[in-house]
Amino acid sequence: MSKEKPLPTETVELHGHIIDSLTLPKVLDEVMNYGGTFEIIEIVIGHRREDPSRARVRVSAPAQEILDTILSRIKQLGAVPAVEEDAVLVPADRDGAFPESFYCTTNLQTFVRCRDRWLEVARPEMDCGILVNPDLKRAATIPIHLVKKGDRIVVGHQGIRVTPLERSPERNVFEFMASSVSSEKPKGIVIREVSAQIRAAKKEGGRVMVVAGPAVVHTGAGTHLEQLIESGWVDVLFAGNALAVHDIEQALYGTSLGIYLEKGIPAKEGHEHHMRAINTIRRAGGIRPAVERGILKSGIMAACVRKGIEFVLAGSIRDDGPLPEVMTDMVMAQDALRKVLPGVSVCVMIATMLHSIAAGNLLPASVKLVCVDINPAVVTKLTDRGSFQAIGLVTDVEPFLRELRTNLSG
Amino acid sequence: MMPTFLMCPPDYYGIEYEINPWMDRRRPADPVSAEKQWRALYGRLTTKLGATVELLSPVRGLPDLIFTANAGLVAGTKFIRSNFRFPQRQREIPVFETWFKERSYQILPLPAAACFEGEGDALPVGKTLFAGYRMRSDIQSHQTIAGILGCEVLSLELVDPRFYHLDTCFCPLDDRTALYFPEAFDTYGRKVIETSVPEPIPVAREDALRFGCNAIVVGTDVVLHAGCDELNRDLRRRGFTVHELDLSEFHKAGGSAKCLVLRLN
Repeated sequence: MSKEKPLPTETVELHGHIIDSLTLPKVLDEVMNYGGTFEIIEIVIGHRREDPSRARVRVSAPAQEILDTILSRIKQLGAVPAVEEDAVLVPADRDGAFPESFYCTTNLQTFVRCRDRWLEVARPEMDCGILVNPDLKRAATIPIHLVKKGDRIVVGHQGIRVTPLERSPERNVFEFMASSVSSEKPKGIVIREVSAQIRAAKKEGGRVMVVAGPAVVHTGAGTHLEQLIESGWVDVLFAGNALAVHDIEQALYGTSLGIYLEKGIPAKEGHEHHMRAINTIRRAGGIRPAVERGILKSGIMAACVRKGIEFVLAGSIRDDGPLPEVMTDMVMAQDALRKVLPGVSVCVMIATMLHSIAAGNLLPASVKLVCVDINPAVVTKLTDRGSFQAIGLVTDVEPFLRELRTNLSG
Repeated sequence: MMPTFLMCPPDYYGIEYEINPWMDRRRPADPVSAEKQWRALYGRLTTKLGATVELLSPVRGLPDLIFTANAGLVAGTKFIRSNFRFPQRQREIPVFETWFKERSYQILPLPAAACFEGEGDALPVGKTLFAGYRMRSDIQSHQTIAGILGCEVLSLELVDPRFYHLDTCFCPLDDRTALYFPEAFDTYGRKVIETSVPEPIPVAREDALRFGCNAIVVGTDVVLHAGCDELNRDLRRRGFTVHELDLSEFHKAGGSAKCLVLRLN
């Protein structure tokens, strides 16, 4: 969550024939001229020529004095401060559901006004509600299934302020690459920038999360990810049953789905390897005991256990096994993921669509996302999903992870 | 329709205070000359042009009462009463109010917080009311007026203190045409005039400073201060008959022809 203080802000209202008389554009221009920024919260345009229009504009400035100057100038233009009101809180009338008209969150930094004070909403997450503590001093997002009868939930839009992400004036890879997804991008530069972001995040005490699909193992990139984990670049791993199964198959048999990764040829009875791997782990009582007992010695999952990396494995209906650590209750899996997200500031999503979307849904917009997939459609879908700070890279995952490993080990 | 105007004889007219850049108490008005100029205007409107002029009795101590354009805005039987910016002129309010009350007008006061100086800052072109603000009127008054009149009100910010009322720099000639002095407005105001008035006629600075825009229009007759030569030529070319009068005594107070009349119909 951002530690930055909110900018001095005031909401103003304008009424009248503000479109034809250019009063609205003039007010917005004046805000900019004095060094402020604005957000049009609401605009209602009159249908007929004689009908007045109405606009609510949120004005922010780098300092209170600048805001005061702006407000005094735009007041002459008819922009008067809107009366700020507290958010409306309604007690939930049952478990597992919001009251009607609940405020539905975005993944942006959000404030809620209670007793004339703006409270920052903890754990920004999209598609949740806002729960305010009984003392009216703390607020946090709450997923629908965790609502308990009597919880005070924010309804309507009154008393809610959402801070848009500030775009850095400095041009970096997260901006110039953010516009579109193309396989034509200079990957070397992008991967170098991603490495730099990971280094910067770690330096600032942030955590790096990797969301990985089984293609990481199939393409022979498992060893790169294993190395990144061993070198301490990864703090959280989120994956499905398949990544862990194929990683363990490879560790135990040298194959991935029965194919020798070293030679590229099928192993005899190789199609059974993944089931035998699952069986071995289930007999051992799970991945962690298997590593502790020396049954599982290498691979991504073994590295996670050895390094004490938090991993969350969420299954799906097509899974074999699954492995004992794989959660099959999706709501429980989401909650488990929520527990490991605090502090994550960079998330690298590699070759998995559904797990990446699941992670993207839970992450605040301030987290930088890197989406890597061989399929441009997947990358587009992921980068379009709500985060302003996403970059997409269309590439085979093996060269991506190899180069990332090289960059980060340098 | 032949217009009816409200005028007030200049018996007590004088430069007794300074509330605009034109006023200078060291440059007093000549009462005899002022009386003569006012009579000439009254005569031109009534005798020559056939307009009806009703009279408001002058009041001692209210030197600007002659500028009836600032009394308010008349719409049918409704009188939207002005809220003057300066205390010196706020004393005129009860005088105007009484006059309109006695003639059974419905008096519509505006919220006290919003200044508004009547026809001085509100002039219609067709169905749209153009309204000036910042110097004397506040933009907040415009919407109340729009609500009362049920018409579109386009607000124009005035940026030159010498052109402190809209009627000093903007003059509707008919439903399509209006004179305006571009420099009295900012770029937004100019753009609004140029897009919302079908035929805007820019007035040169020399003529604007002679109060060329502060003209009274009666059909195709335009009454204004003498010496606005370029503007006169322009108006004549467009088929208007120009009536030049010496109104220099009133310029000392920052007013000219239009400021001296309020349209009643």
